[in-house]
Amino acid sequence: MNFFALLKDFLLQFLGLFKNLETLPVECMRLLREFLTKLGELCGITMPQWALDTVSALVLIVAILVTFLVLFALMSVFERKLLARAQNRYGPNRVGPFGLFQPVADGIKMLTKEDLVPRAADKVVHYLAPIVMVAPALMLPVFLPFGRGMVAVDLSVGILAFFALGAGTELAVFMAGWASNNKYSILGAMRAIAQMISYELPLVTSALVVALVAGTLSPTGIAEAQSGYFCGFLPKWFVCTPWGFAACVLFYIGALSESNRCPFDLPEGESEIIAGHLTEYSGFKYAIFFMAEYVGMFAVNGLLVTLFLGGYNAPFPFLEWVPTWCWFFIKLWAVALSMVWVRTTLPRFRIDQMMQFAWKFLLPMSFVTLLAAAAWYYAGQGPKAWMSPAAWSASALIVLLSYLLLGTFCFTRRHSATNRRYLFSE
Amino acid sequence: MNFPGSGIIKGMAVTALNIVGSYFDRAHAKRLITEQYPEERPKLAEASRSFPFLVFDGDDPEKGIRCVACKICEKECPPQCIYIVKDTDANGKPIMRPKVFDIDISVCMGCQICVESCPFESIRMDNIYEVSGYDRFAPLVLHKPQLLKSNAYYHGIRPTEAAATDARIEAARLRKEAAAKAAAAKVAAAKAAAAAKAAGEKAAETKPTQPE
Repeated sequence: MNFFALLKDFLLQFLGLFKNLETLPVECMRLLREFLTKLGELCGITMPQWALDTVSALVLIVAILVTFLVLFALMSVFERKLLARAQNRYGPNRVGPFGLFQPVADGIKMLTKEDLVPRAADKVVHYLAPIVMVAPALMLPVFLPFGRGMVAVDLSVGILAFFALGAGTELAVFMAGWASNNKYSILGAMRAIAQMISYELPLVTSALVVALVAGTLSPTGIAEAQSGYFCGFLPKWFVCTPWGFAACVLFYIGALSESNRCPFDLPEGESEIIAGHLTEYSGFKYAIFFMAEYVGMFAVNGLLVTLFLGGYNAPFPFLEWVPTWCWFFIKLWAVALSMVWVRTTLPRFRIDQMMQFAWKFLLPMSFVTLLAAAAWYYAGQGPKAWMSPAAWSASALIVLLSYLLLGTFCFTRRHSATNRRYLFSE
Repeated sequence: MNFPGSGIIKGMAVTALNIVGSYFDRAHAKRLITEQYPEERPKLAEASRSFPFLVFDGDDPEKGIRCVACKICEKECPPQCIYIVKDTDANGKPIMRPKVFDIDISVCMGCQICVESCPFESIRMDNIYEVSGYDRFAPLVLHKPQLLKSNAYYHGIRPTEAAATDARIEAARLRKEAAAKAAAAKVAAAKAAAAAKAAGEKAAETKPTQPE
């Protein structure tokens, strides 16, 4: 059996895989390993296990990178188009059909720009910041289950690892701000640190709520816990429960803030501090920051989908013929585009409003959802809670009452402008 | 209804309506009202004007040219952007036709004084607005072949004014004809009178004159 016969055999097998789209990605990986083993036999050597592992890991990395970079490219054009539509414009429609090749033009523009480094900058840190920014962002997607049995690294503490890695971007933002030696940059970096630390608390607490009910910290386990239906056809997603809905909204707001998107784009704040920590970056480094931001956003959205929107599960029983990984990406796009919708609608927060919102509303509210989830779990005796009226009413009551109370009394409008003193104006 | 967060929901509804509505507003009546410039062009107002051009009658620009190279516009032009050289015939005698007629549109300020001062209805304002060149000099000087445009074109861009101009030219032509006819009649009458007088004198010679 020569090499070409082997290749032909495996190509035919590969084409055969397209009969079952559901298992296609997993089977591709299995086929690759098999092919490498056979190839080794052809050459008269037995492939060692570590070589197989390395090659399949590399293929996985490339696959995930390509997927998320394509998502980033498409997002950059769809975001602009949606924003334009909200403002009664067409958006980019010059490059390619419907402007779909706009990311290519943008990429060429970015790559051919001069890479400026300020004379007074801390050159090493200035150079390192984009790398420190993009590395954790690109690592985040490996913990997400894209489909049934499709997770690159199936950690039992996947959510913990996700947040631990995700926190690394804060360091990068501060590195960028500090190294630029520019007052706007350092202001932006300071804001970014304040914001990210404040919003990480409600973000993690609302993820904790899900872990409490699902009884696991593994993203795969959580997605699996949301499979199945109640009342015959309604999905058992956590977003359908009162506490899950509240936690989902809190997580969404936290995700908006973590990915520095409107209305939480204070660290960049073009109209106030130019571009914050990005002020002194241009060309490829700026593109890297931009990419890290979008990939990070998609990763956090993926976690939101996994935690609350049923992960890769189909919404209704009659839609189960669609492959699970398709469902994951459909939901991912829905969440990402909803973020654009929020961006078109809401203006940027003032820094004190943002802090007030985080500490006076989001944090207490996330603790309340924790309480509501516990009430759901104990009133409904664990997994049976979906059909228990006691569980539904108890958690709904807790969530609604505390939302109304917190919402009414936390944001009483204070007219502070009358007695405001300007310290340095005279 | 007012509850915490209701303002955000209202705002989201407004933007959602705009985003979705823009895909269904085919007539561009309410949404997407911006003109897509290179593909769609504005319908210019009749009075809009940019730079002067020369009108010619009929099909042949050289034969139908109305300009007689009187140089009034050249003299009147405030920024002096018009340059005219009178043409000569084979014997070197000047004739009423421009040999060179240049307008430097980088200098022209579109004041329309040349149009006001032209006694031959020959120079008029154009409404072109996409004139550009690769440098500041040669491409921005329009020569006679570029400036000459037909009367039909003039009617196309500003029908009211062109009709009035045509009416004036027609009236002038009729007046001239009538004057010529009158002059001819006068000449004929004078001739007839002279002939009659001559005939009378002849008769007087033959017949005795009547008493006065």
